[in-house]
Amino acid sequence: MADIVHTSSPESVPPSGKGRGTLGPLWNTRIVGVVFIGSLLVLWEIAAANAIFPPMSFPRMSSILSTWWQLVVSGELPGELLPSLWRMFAGYFIGVVLGVAFGLLMGYVRFFYNLLEPITEVLRPIPSPAYLPIMILFLGIDDEMKIFMIAFASVFPVLLNTYSGVRSVDPIQLQTARTFGVSGHKLLTQIVLPASSPYIFTGMRISLAVALIVMVISEMVAASSGIGYFILSAQRGFKIRDMFAGVLTLALLGYILNRLFLLIENRVLAWHYGYTQQRS
Amino acid sequence: MILGVRCVHKSFPAAGGRTVALNGVDLEVERGSFVSIIGPSGCGKSTLLQIMAGLAMPTEGSVFYEQQLVEGPPAGVLYVFQQYTRSLFPWKTVERNVSFGLENNGTMSGDQIAARTRELIGVVKLTGFERHYPWQLSGGMQQRVAIARALACRPAVLLMDEPFSAVDALTRVGLQELIRSLWRELNLTVIFVTHDVDEGVYLSTRVVALSRTPGTIAIDIPIELPSPRDQIATRALSAYLDYRAQLLAQLFADEGLKSAEAAWQI
Repeated sequence: MADIVHTSSPESVPPSGKGRGTLGPLWNTRIVGVVFIGSLLVLWEIAAANAIFPPMSFPRMSSILSTWWQLVVSGELPGELLPSLWRMFAGYFIGVVLGVAFGLLMGYVRFFYNLLEPITEVLRPIPSPAYLPIMILFLGIDDEMKIFMIAFASVFPVLLNTYSGVRSVDPIQLQTARTFGVSGHKLLTQIVLPASSPYIFTGMRISLAVALIVMVISEMVAASSGIGYFILSAQRGFKIRDMFAGVLTLALLGYILNRLFLLIENRVLAWHYGYTQQRS
Repeated sequence: MILGVRCVHKSFPAAGGRTVALNGVDLEVERGSFVSIIGPSGCGKSTLLQIMAGLAMPTEGSVFYEQQLVEGPPAGVLYVFQQYTRSLFPWKTVERNVSFGLENNGTMSGDQIAARTRELIGVVKLTGFERHYPWQLSGGMQQRVAIARALACRPAVLLMDEPFSAVDALTRVGLQELIRSLWRELNLTVIFVTHDVDEGVYLSTRVVALSRTPGTIAIDIPIELPSPRDQIATRALSAYLDYRAQLLAQLFADEGLKSAEAAWQI
């Protein structure tokens, strides 16, 4: 009578494929993708060495990498990265909290949905560079402005997904809780919030990418520190290798943040993958 | 009388008027009895049960639990859903699901809750599966978790809505035996909705048959079969077969049929 189902999270289930030749099973892993990236870097190196593009704008990958390493070791890159990270996380955290709060409110109480949905749909599509000048006018060009912009942009994906999550809660789970005497705000924290958590995490993942983008934009437009500022001023000062090193740092940052996020998500939502597999 | 409904009507708005699900139902359930409510699909059995549970409000009429008017789910009355997979909380382990009602009670200490949880998991023979998630269990096991969750709170009345219709025949037999023994050992009052006449007669001390139009009680008979009951012996008794025949005849008559041969034409 005991059927125990084993499962794995989507991240570790690759699409099917056949093993081929000497490499055999390796073809079916993401090693192929890593090799692909490596090949592109080698291609870059060869193209730059043969001056396919103007060498001023297209330095060799090896010199970009060594510049990057020098900047890391000298402490210049970490020094620029720290203020960026602080702004991003502060804004992201505020945005997530507000997004979840409003998403829960709008999903749970019809009146608040009617009240807030129109303005959400008006503000949400505005690209962040568009309200940047307004922000500068009201908040200046310091950290407050950047954190506010990042928070503002981060709210919407979390809000929308949280709302979706609340509306998708199975009514039978709500009825079950009610029969046990759970109602009101306890229903919200004990049933609605956990049941919506997969949706909330999706929103948070999107907002993470948004926060990174808005952070860089705000630093490029009005800042005297940060990775975005570093990249732009490197470009203006014709320190092209520094510029590429900055972009490389951003790529690494984005990748690491995403992996960390997925690590946490897989832990917290372990129950969800098995549950959805069973229902399909 | 521990739980009862008086003159209950339930209708839903529909295109061109209202759909009447229940049309004047009076039912009083005695403490300690095992009442089955049977009837064809769509006759309002589940609606009646939800009204008795305080999960739905009647359009007219009233529900009483221990002489008090019911306006919401009363403490002491618990409901077990047909769709157990959807009723169990997927983010909680078996253990945490079973202790759900106790944690919200607020009166028991952590140790007491753990002890009661362990006890109930043992009663439904799921010891060893405490840390599993519901989706890792089979259907019958999941329904046992749902039953354990309800019984952990020591309800006076257990309302069950076709709880075994979504499991296979063999599992169903096991669950029937389980619920009978729990009913006897824990002095429960059980109100059990089922579409299966045999199950209704086998399990209960009283069977109430609901008719479709109008949604009222057509038959209300006590079941006088010896206790404890046996799946093979009891089901062979002539008294059992008489009850069964009487109820099936009522079911067919309700559908406007002369015999079982025409039943597939419903």
